[in-house]
Amino acid sequence: MKKILALLILLGVLAAACAPKTAPQPPAGTPEPRTLTVMTHDSFDVSEEVVQSFEQANNVTVTFLQAGDAGAALNKVILSKGNPPADVFYGVDNTFLSRALAEDIFQPYESPLLAQVDDAFELDPQHRALPVDYGDVCLNYDVAWLEEHGVQPPASLEDLLKPEYEDLLVVENPATSSPGLAFLLATVGHFGDPGYLDFWRGLRKNGLKVVDGWETAYYTEFTRWDGTRPIVVSYGSSPAFEVIYAEEPLDSPPTAAVTASETCFRQIEFVGILRGAPHADLAQKWVDFMLGTQFQEDMPLKMFVFPVNAQAQLDETFVQYLAVPEKPAFVTPEDIAAHREAWIEAWTETVLR
Amino acid sequence: MGGRLAPGWRFALLLFFPLTFLLLFYAWPLARILALSFARLDGGTRSLAAALLSARTLRVLGFTFGQAALSTLLTLALGMPGAYVFSHYEFRGKELFRALTGVPFVMPTLVVAAAFNALLGPRGWLNLGLMTLLRLDAPPIHFLNTLGAILAAHVFYNTTIVLRMVGDFWGRLNPRLAAAARTLGASRRETLRRVTLPLLSPAVLAASLLVFLFDFTSFGVVLVLGGPQFATLEVEIYYQTTALFNLPLAAALSLVQLLTTLGLTASYTRLAARLSRPLEGQPPRRRLPSLRSWRARLWGGLTLGVIALWLLLPLGALAARSVVRLERDRGQFGQVQRGLTLDFYRALNENPRRSLFYAPPAAAIAVSLGYAAATVALSLALGLPVSWVLANRPQAPLARLLDPLLMLPLGTSAVTLGLGFVVAFSAPPLDWRASPLLIPLAHTLVAFPFVVRSLTPALHSIRPRLRQAAAVLGASPRQVVMHIDLPLVGRALLVAAVFAFTISLGEFGATSLLSRPEYPTLPVAIYRFLSRPGGMNYGQALALSTILMLLTAAGMLFIERLRIAEVSEF
Repeated sequence: MKKILALLILLGVLAAACAPKTAPQPPAGTPEPRTLTVMTHDSFDVSEEVVQSFEQANNVTVTFLQAGDAGAALNKVILSKGNPPADVFYGVDNTFLSRALAEDIFQPYESPLLAQVDDAFELDPQHRALPVDYGDVCLNYDVAWLEEHGVQPPASLEDLLKPEYEDLLVVENPATSSPGLAFLLATVGHFGDPGYLDFWRGLRKNGLKVVDGWETAYYTEFTRWDGTRPIVVSYGSSPAFEVIYAEEPLDSPPTAAVTASETCFRQIEFVGILRGAPHADLAQKWVDFMLGTQFQEDMPLKMFVFPVNAQAQLDETFVQYLAVPEKPAFVTPEDIAAHREAWIEAWTETVLR
Repeated sequence: MGGRLAPGWRFALLLFFPLTFLLLFYAWPLARILALSFARLDGGTRSLAAALLSARTLRVLGFTFGQAALSTLLTLALGMPGAYVFSHYEFRGKELFRALTGVPFVMPTLVVAAAFNALLGPRGWLNLGLMTLLRLDAPPIHFLNTLGAILAAHVFYNTTIVLRMVGDFWGRLNPRLAAAARTLGASRRETLRRVTLPLLSPAVLAASLLVFLFDFTSFGVVLVLGGPQFATLEVEIYYQTTALFNLPLAAALSLVQLLTTLGLTASYTRLAARLSRPLEGQPPRRRLPSLRSWRARLWGGLTLGVIALWLLLPLGALAARSVVRLERDRGQFGQVQRGLTLDFYRALNENPRRSLFYAPPAAAIAVSLGYAAATVALSLALGLPVSWVLANRPQAPLARLLDPLLMLPLGTSAVTLGLGFVVAFSAPPLDWRASPLLIPLAHTLVAFPFVVRSLTPALHSIRPRLRQAAAVLGASPRQVVMHIDLPLVGRALLVAAVFAFTISLGEFGATSLLSRPEYPTLPVAIYRFLSRPGGMNYGQALALSTILMLLTAAGMLFIERLRIAEVSEF
């Protein structure tokens, strides 16, 4: 037994040692590559060959740093202002954008590729934060459960207050979860302030369940997995994930997203060059690269978000199961900046106390 | 004494590296982040004081204390009988069983929540069983999102601390003392109350303090298993930092947490100094009796049974789920096969989407083991000299000052300290951003108090006369350490190593720093899968969790079989 265990550990270490080294050798005769540091939140993902093509084209080594979820990563960037840990920061979304801009962490850069991006995504007129992708936070439901119990999928937010939806909905706490905050903003966009609080009071009466984060809501509370709630706040892309990452090939998605008018909230994610970045010239090239079609076409199947570049072609599998709301609920960036904290606190008082 | 250092200087020299370590990697980042946070105070100190003394803050403080006290009592209630059985009896599979009780310590909260949900959730085994048995329409047991869930999870996580710290100490108590009391006519109860417990008190106290501090700063358990209606100070600090970006209030709350910890550890030190007494060390490798009498069998079986149910069943449920197809029976969605599968494990070795950050499980295991090994080496190297000084010179002014301060890292907000690390170590002269070294350093901060608390009682219980006798017989100080101290505390050293190992394996702190996504530890890799929808992702998270469990158990068995210094039978 003793020997087996020792062997097991040895095996693990050896197996790891055999893993191929990823660092490519630069061809002889070229100058030593420079290093560009890109900081992201921990949901960032990209294909190997996409990054390699950037590295080869610019004789640069890209180092990625991850620093927790979007909020945590942003806080770290803000606190190391003036002495930034990276050249570029990707992953501020429109719910956090105001904090990033107020703290003045980015330097302006008007990328030529912005010409290929719909103006609606450009929330910072000074081009300190440039849009990269967007995705929608929408209600998801368990198709089979609703069919089995003869319940129609909700067609509006108001529907959720009806008796047939009693005890069916689980949402994330907007104070601790990014989709939770996005859904709160959807209700603010649809009902206005203070109407949204009445809606939440109604939801609470109708047996709303609140959990800390997306993982708990989806895997512990949602009927698709281990829970008892057939309606959950998730992403418009979640049904596509369910098909692509299914255990066995599925004919149709087991879950679906509600895309009715003003039931979703659109999250737009931004990239920016940090003030004091040691390699600002490379950073500009990287920002251009993120907005270019190669990166934009790789992104959807990596992070399950939509490209903002209108010329990017979408993958077949991605489009097939993807729900796109025609009219997401909208809150102006100025409103979010002014009331974000107050809305969260009022929500907490109304729903949790 | 000519030519030798005076004892005072020798102690100072021993403490030099540990103190430098704490100043550099604890005090400095903490001071930086607190200063930066308070510098952002623009509403005046009065509004901050008002927020700090608000009913809400006081409620949070009260709850934090209450749940930590209850959790600690429950953990002792389960751990003490367990420690007795482990230290007094031999039974088949004991070592494996004991190693497995340490596994919960490393499990990520989200995975533990999934395990509890599979057992006790509305669609868990217990509720489904009861519903079928009693013909009920609704699940009778409501477990998740209650205070009960928080307490149960704390016991699940921390019982191993009591089992190990108290168990090790108990095994070295001289049984003749209790036997003498019995011979003199004391009943079992009296003997336990007046002889055994007082003798055990240093270890019990140290274990309780560690358990309490863990529960006091609890974050993930409260957030995930407790739900949004519960908040500890740590949760409140996170909320103020991330959601509201109210850094001054977050810093003030961190200070409250810190001062509370300091008060606790200071009173602990005083109490421990009063209770602890040198005992005759007993070599721990005697043959222990097996559970033979009906009484021993009943109580031993009962104790081990409850521990197995509470600690091991959730782990078993997770492992079982990682080899079973997850898809529920839904005929209309394609052909679903049911039964056993190794698909999730197989998929771990594939990178179908050619992600740059993909890491095969072997690589994640290697990264985790590398950090764990560094943490063990570093925390033992720093902890041993400190424990030695604390045990030999408990009355020296430096030691008295140091003792309560050593525990502070455990009671410090991880959210705050994590930010402090980023701020303090990404600027010259200490520009170590994203250095892989910072991770074992951060782990060592947490492991260090464990190492000191495991070693000090053991070192202290060595009778000074043994050392004096050795010295009189001509042993050099080095020889005394090698031939008296090390053999007598060898076991405690292994206990300390096991703690450092498990703390590092389970720590999710990498994400509170800046990390390179190409080198995820196992917990980080688990969270990656768990943050995406889809059966394959969920299944792979469960498979990796099972690998983490096996690795932890194997690692602990491995460490426990090392022999630092052979103990000869007396």
